[in-house]
Amino acid sequence: MFNRQDAESAEFFSENAKKNTLKPWRAWRLGGSLKNWLPALLFLGLFFFYPLVKILTLGVDSPEFLSPASLQIALDSLGFTLYQAALSMLLTLLVGLPAAYLFARYDFLGKSLLRALTAVPFMLPTVVVAAGFNALLGARGWLNLTLINLLDLETPPITVLYTLGAILLAHVFYNTTIVIRVVGNALSRLDPRVNEAARLLGANRWDAFWRVTFPLLRPSILAASLLVFLFDFTSFGVILLLGGPSFATIEVEIYIQTLSMLNLPVAALLSIIQLLCTLAFSILYSKMLAKTAVQTAQRESASITKRAKTLPERLFLYSLISLLLALFVLPMLALPLRSVSQLEANRGERTTIKSTFTTDYYEELFINRRGSRFYVPPIEAAKNSLQYAGITVMLSLLLGFPVASALAKPKRLDRILDPILMLPLGASAVTLGLGFIISFSKPPLNWIASPLLVPLAHTMIALPFVIRSLQPALASIPQRYREAASMLGASPLRVWIEVDFPIISRATLAAATFAFTVSLGEFGATSLLARPSYPTIPTAIYRFLSQPGGLNYGQAMAMATILMLLTTVGIFVIEKVRLSNAEW
Amino acid sequence: MKKIILLLFILALAACAPQAEQPTTLTVMTHDSFAISEEVVVAFEEAQGVKVVFLASGDAGSALNKAVLTKDAPLADLLFGVDNTFLSRALEAEIFEPYDAPALAEIPAEFKLDASNNALPVDFGDVCINYDKSYFAEKGLAVPANFEDLLAPEYNGLLVVENPATSSPGLAFLMATIAHFGEDGYLSYWLGLRDNGVVVADGWETAYYTNFSASSGRGPQPMVVSYGSSPAAEVIFAETALDDAPTASILGPETCFRQIEFVGILTGTENRALAEAFIDFMLSTEFQEDLPMQMFVYPALPSAQLPDEFVAYAEQPENPASLDPALIAEKREQWISDWTKTVLK
Repeated sequence: MFNRQDAESAEFFSENAKKNTLKPWRAWRLGGSLKNWLPALLFLGLFFFYPLVKILTLGVDSPEFLSPASLQIALDSLGFTLYQAALSMLLTLLVGLPAAYLFARYDFLGKSLLRALTAVPFMLPTVVVAAGFNALLGARGWLNLTLINLLDLETPPITVLYTLGAILLAHVFYNTTIVIRVVGNALSRLDPRVNEAARLLGANRWDAFWRVTFPLLRPSILAASLLVFLFDFTSFGVILLLGGPSFATIEVEIYIQTLSMLNLPVAALLSIIQLLCTLAFSILYSKMLAKTAVQTAQRESASITKRAKTLPERLFLYSLISLLLALFVLPMLALPLRSVSQLEANRGERTTIKSTFTTDYYEELFINRRGSRFYVPPIEAAKNSLQYAGITVMLSLLLGFPVASALAKPKRLDRILDPILMLPLGASAVTLGLGFIISFSKPPLNWIASPLLVPLAHTMIALPFVIRSLQPALASIPQRYREAASMLGASPLRVWIEVDFPIISRATLAAATFAFTVSLGEFGATSLLARPSYPTIPTAIYRFLSQPGGLNYGQAMAMATILMLLTTVGIFVIEKVRLSNAEW
Repeated sequence: MKKIILLLFILALAACAPQAEQPTTLTVMTHDSFAISEEVVVAFEEAQGVKVVFLASGDAGSALNKAVLTKDAPLADLLFGVDNTFLSRALEAEIFEPYDAPALAEIPAEFKLDASNNALPVDFGDVCINYDKSYFAEKGLAVPANFEDLLAPEYNGLLVVENPATSSPGLAFLMATIAHFGEDGYLSYWLGLRDNGVVVADGWETAYYTNFSASSGRGPQPMVVSYGSSPAAEVIFAETALDDAPTASILGPETCFRQIEFVGILTGTENRALAEAFIDFMLSTEFQEDLPMQMFVYPALPSAQLPDEFVAYAEQPENPASLDPALIAEKREQWISDWTKTVLK
């Protein structure tokens, strides 16, 4: 796969080389473009395509690969995968579009905090989210307990777990932030005067929206929908933990076929289907993003936000804020609450559970009670997590910067290569994990015991987002500033330091924080690599959850709370420094 | 270009990292639940002048898959954690070298499922239904004594089990029902359980902490498929000291499935002598007595002393269910897929 891409770009390159003789500055751009892509393509080629092709070959070579039984399994799971992804996407839009409007057009107290909080779920590992949902909505979660006490009920009134509803709810919880960001940014860039002009020309409010605003927003809505769809399409942990075993997406089926059946032909077939779908969505997504860039209005976003004045406006504002609080803040609040409360006052009594305040779980984290070699001191887990995150940041910036600057002024080559960056998001972690094992366990590529493989895997996931954060900032630098600087005698380095750096430093920080938080919360890839003793925070959470006992559960909640706090701080930093026109 | 060189440099570093360690390292591939006391492993390391690296490789199934897929260039010298439900896959793939450990003489024959001694038994545990004692006391409900009782209407919706396709205790429990009802009868039993509202969770963590009413997760079901040793863990890891376990196991005839965990020397190891020494160590009293409190399993060595909490709260069935490993080898995938069609679809 990698070779084919190489050949394609080489061909393209030579074709353009002829034209370049006419305009020397263009030759630099085109040559630069390929050079910019080289590190990232080499990286993906070695750590994504190579292991993937190697593991898939094992399955494809078998006669069972395209047998009717295999195809039946594939068709069954593809159907449900598409169905739940479409439903989840629609619901996410239903919540996300009004929320995007809210954040783009209104000012209110605590706006940036609320905006940051809606983004936190995106970074949290599923096990933490599932624990949060359980602490809130479970049979003995806060909500059910409150209702039982208030209404004097016998049984918990709310049962969400193991239903399609739980899957949809969790997907909305995870992905609404994508809509808020992508559509919200387009909205805040939209020049309100266009709308005003339509009104002046006699259009009523509805007409003006349908015929002016909506067409202008459509590409960004489609882009957001595609991205949301892609994440729902490849959903794994949510389906397993909250949906239960009667629901299986392609990703879940790959996991089952690989792990319990060791049926590599079916797993390969499913993986290839999932990858092809991902590629198709990514190509569409890049196309949509390219369109959103066209209709940028040159206005300060601050000037179009306002305070809610009329009664309907206030009603809209307050009901939406309450909805967002209930959807995003409550599940996340339930977790830290649970980590400092003990439900054991009357162990065993069914209806009256008292909770008392305790710091035991946090204190216990620091004690290696059974003298175990596998005890994870929390500081050490945090240190490992932070180290991995640090390496992920460095690697993804190093690889992402050249690509982002190529994409800032995209040529055909850049547009062709762009969707490839998204492919790692559509690869099953189980498949890739096994691919790593068989590709990197023999000399000369004997890296399997290297702790660096974890941040390498994290970099693959963070890279597309890092590039999307950097690209608009790089695109926004007016060429004439650079030209003016060089005209005045500045060296290329000086130009970069004086012109480029100040503009992109904020975007860089935002991109870095993004990579950082992705790495902090990532567990899937980490768990599938064989790893010597470098436990991260998510692995520590899993270790606690794998044994019975109240203290273990409490400590898992405490660790999860620590992870959530680190993530929230990270997101808040992104929010504070983020450029208003970043795609992400 | 500089960046590429830097990247290659990082990769070169990564390649060198494992070799840069002490000259003698013994690598033991394990599942994620493996645990051992620091002082016990240090004693072995000092006696042998070796550093032991434990490679946690996912759950029992993933660890085995990784070993099978890397047979030609093994990641480790030993693999610990293959259980009797997966033993056949390991033996068929020929990932182990046989070792007739002297200590095997003291291990009961019932654990020695592999006569060729490619895989050596280390510990065992029983997958049993745990129940919430106070739920049954409060409701004045009799605790079911066997599998047949679970079909009674008063237990409707009270049991949570794990999906055998994604969970090792789930698979063991399915095998207990196959052992009890036979290959012809187990599916109709599961149909009965399904009609009686059995809840299926993806794995043990969810079943125990989200669904089970006596765990800290405070779920709705008072019965869960877990381990015979779980009640002891509830006491040991209680927030406040408990004078009795909040849970107990249903120990009727063939209601529990005995899981036996094996260790084996991976084919092609360059540290054969050390690997043998490590197996001898795993079968020694010191390691065997460390097992219960670290992994909540029973030592395979009968002379190993059990900790007090185990004696008091962990329960062993008198008549656990078992299946012939050859039969498991032949039918495992078929059972899982038939079960999925019957219970989930």
